[in-house]
Amino acid sequence: MADGNGVSVRDKTAIVGVGNTQFGALYRDVDPERTSYELALDALKAAIEDSGIEKSDIDGLLCVRTPQYQRMADVAGLHNLRLVNALEGSGRMAGVALQYAVMAIVTGQAETVAIVYGNNGRSVGERYGGGFAGDSPAAWDAMYGMTSPGAAVGHMWRRYMHEFGATEDALAIAAMNNRRNGAKNPNAVFQKPITKEEYMAARYIAEPLRLFDYCIINDGGVAMIVTTAEKAKTLKQPPVYVGATYSATALTNYYTTKDFFYSVIRDIADRLYAAADVTPSEVDFAQLYDNFTPTQFFALEGLGFCERGTAHEWAQDGRIALDGALPVNTSGGHTAESYMQGHALTVEAVRQLRGQAGERQVANAKVGLYCCPAPICNAHILHV
Amino acid sequence: MATDVETSVTEYAKPLPPITKLNAPFWEGTKQGELRLQTCNECGQRWYPSSTHCPNCLSRNWEWKAVSGRGKVWSWVVFHQRYFKAFEEDLPYNVSFIELEEGVMMMSTVRGIDDSEMTCDLPVTVAFEAATDEQSLPYFVRA
Repeated sequence: MADGNGVSVRDKTAIVGVGNTQFGALYRDVDPERTSYELALDALKAAIEDSGIEKSDIDGLLCVRTPQYQRMADVAGLHNLRLVNALEGSGRMAGVALQYAVMAIVTGQAETVAIVYGNNGRSVGERYGGGFAGDSPAAWDAMYGMTSPGAAVGHMWRRYMHEFGATEDALAIAAMNNRRNGAKNPNAVFQKPITKEEYMAARYIAEPLRLFDYCIINDGGVAMIVTTAEKAKTLKQPPVYVGATYSATALTNYYTTKDFFYSVIRDIADRLYAAADVTPSEVDFAQLYDNFTPTQFFALEGLGFCERGTAHEWAQDGRIALDGALPVNTSGGHTAESYMQGHALTVEAVRQLRGQAGERQVANAKVGLYCCPAPICNAHILHV
Repeated sequence: MATDVETSVTEYAKPLPPITKLNAPFWEGTKQGELRLQTCNECGQRWYPSSTHCPNCLSRNWEWKAVSGRGKVWSWVVFHQRYFKAFEEDLPYNVSFIELEEGVMMMSTVRGIDDSEMTCDLPVTVAFEAATDEQSLPYFVRA
């Protein structure tokens, strides 16, 4: 079993360019002809301009949610690459894509990798549930009306409440914090703060989860340019170094994991902090993948910011606010800014570390952490 | 009185997995009031839903064996959002994640209980509802 202490990737690569589409404007302009490719291309163009590289410098391309890498490479005019693939359009792949880019660069498979993501889900009526195909495992859930990752997270949150004595309203802090941060992000889909009363009054989707626990379904594109630390030092932006990046899985027939991904995230965190030589107290902010708000609490515990079973209390009292002990989801996360399935969270981390986050800037942000709790959990530490 | 038209039963509109060579004994069991799981003859592993190989030792030497049908509610949700048109009239409805006595996790539903009486770890036992002539739906009731 890999112990994580073999070849170190520490600070050998950097994210040198980030780009994204508008989110709010696209949310208000549904277009059934809009493709994931064009959204990814808008973001790629912005990321290249942001970085100052030439497009011809890109020799690696990882595509997420743009179904065909060949189409993506062709329309991007990236015909001669040394590394290319398409990853499935699921949120767990955002961290995996960065992990693969880092591995490829450190081992010399490619020098400059573009990670591109395009999501036209709102325009094409994506619902993240209700589908199942013939003789598939999903059909054995669908016969009970079970569908959607939200309902699986609902199962976990109900069980979490049972095991740790949390109450339903504990989630309000996560939903309110996202909206408060989104209000300081001119590109966020939702820029209006909500009160606890509004949170509690909203309809249930899969009870115990309510409307404001659910991510947005919106269109958008995100891109990142990753390259060697040496090359990064010659480019336009302050390099944001990848201190470490790891994945670990809880792959079963179900999205649900009986310890709410705790042991998997704990395993990642132990390796991550050691490899990046960072302690939780040195982390200036965290971008926590929240397709549904309970995953913020699951991540906080696995990452060691608080004891197991206590995040529902720890996150209260301003600790996760922009000026708190650990600012969380500074752009508004997946329930206020956009649901770019993790990609925009890493872009936000880069902007925070460069000091380019405007009104929502975390003071003196030097070390940032991203974590996605899902059947493939992953996390990375970035720093300047 | 028309004699050439048989009284038709209402067609079962909800999703059902298609019967296959692999899973046919499971559905045969449901008609007989038995919950059956694939059980490995080499290592004893049980699993659900069906698969061609034992996920522990990768053997194809397994058979369908009846299990106790007893378990407990690991957790449950109540669907308020409509995802399946066929479930529209059931809203809000219970979907429970059942931990069978044999350790296997099974998605299902608990019936005959008010939502206010649902709790995690509630002991339950299996029951069956005829869906079609070939398939009965396993569900759970309070033990």
